[in-house]
Amino acid sequence: MKAAVIVFPGLNRDRDMIAALTKIGGVAPAEVWHQDADIPDVDLIVIPGGFSYGDYLRCGAIAARSPMMDKIRERAAKGVKVLGVCNGFQILIEAGLLPGALMRNTSLKFVCREVKLEVTNTDNVFTNGYTKGQIIRCPVAHHDGNYFADAETLAALEGDGRVAFRYAEGTNPNGSINNIAGILNAEKNVLGLMPHPENLIEAAHGGIDGRALFAALLDKAA
Amino acid sequence: MKARVTVTLKAGVLDPQGQAIEGSLASLGFGGVKGVRQGKVFDLVLDGTDVEAARTQLTGMCEKLLANTVIENYQIEISN
Repeated sequence: MKAAVIVFPGLNRDRDMIAALTKIGGVAPAEVWHQDADIPDVDLIVIPGGFSYGDYLRCGAIAARSPMMDKIRERAAKGVKVLGVCNGFQILIEAGLLPGALMRNTSLKFVCREVKLEVTNTDNVFTNGYTKGQIIRCPVAHHDGNYFADAETLAALEGDGRVAFRYAEGTNPNGSINNIAGILNAEKNVLGLMPHPENLIEAAHGGIDGRALFAALLDKAA
Repeated sequence: MKARVTVTLKAGVLDPQGQAIEGSLASLGFGGVKGVRQGKVFDLVLDGTDVEAARTQLTGMCEKLLANTVIENYQIEISN
C-alpha cells in the first residue's frame, strides 16, 4: 500500500500527515510538491490541511485550479483513494471532486478544539475500521468548515450513505448543515473531512481515535 | 476596456458575516437596517474592444474561478 502526500504552498499540516502515515503504515509516503511533473504510482493520495495560497479568494480555490489537481482528478477517476483533510477537504470541494461548499463558521471564529464525531457510515474503504454509529474524539482547527449543499445534493449524500462523519449531538463547531463533518464522492473512493484524525493517533496525542481511519487505508491493524 | 464583477451570496444561503455587520451597524446607532449581505467586487482591465467577446470571457472566469456557483451569484458590468 503506497501513499503520497500532496503539498501546496501554504499547507502546514503536511508533516503531521506524513508522520501519521509513516507511523501507522510503517513506510514514509511520497511527498509531492504541487509543481512536480507527476504523482508516483500510489494507492492513496492525501491532501493535508493548512492555508493553501493564504486562503485567497476562497479557501482552497486557487489550489483546486492548479495543474496538480488535474492529475489528482485523473487518479481518482481510475479508483485511486483520495483523502482531503481540512484545507484538503476545501480543495477537493472547490475542485468539484466532492459536492457542496464550505463556508465561514457561523460563529465567525476560528475554532480549534476537540469535538465528538459519529461514524455515520462504514461501508467504504475509509471508515470500515470503525463500527457504524461509533462516537470518536477528534480535533478540529478551521475558520471555514460550515458545510452547505442544496437540498438535492444533500438528499443524495444522505440517501447513498455518503456522509462518513457527523459532529455528534451538541458539538457542531461551525454550523454545518445536518452536522456534516465528512463526505464521500459517489464512487466512495474520495473522502473529505474537516476534523484532523492525523492528530489523534498515539498516546502522546492523548488518544488514538484517528488511527482506525489510516489503518484501514493502509491495510494495517489499528 | 474595464470590467467589474460583483459576486454575492445566493438567496437562502446563510451569511454570518453579513449578520455580524448588521449587528454592528445597529450597535453604532444606524437604525432601520433590515438586512446586510456581504459580497466581493473584482475590477478587471481587459485587452480589446469587443464587448461581447469580453462578456463571454468574463462569464467563463466567473464560472471557473471568481464565483463559487454552488453558493454565489455573479454580475458583470463592462465599461470602455
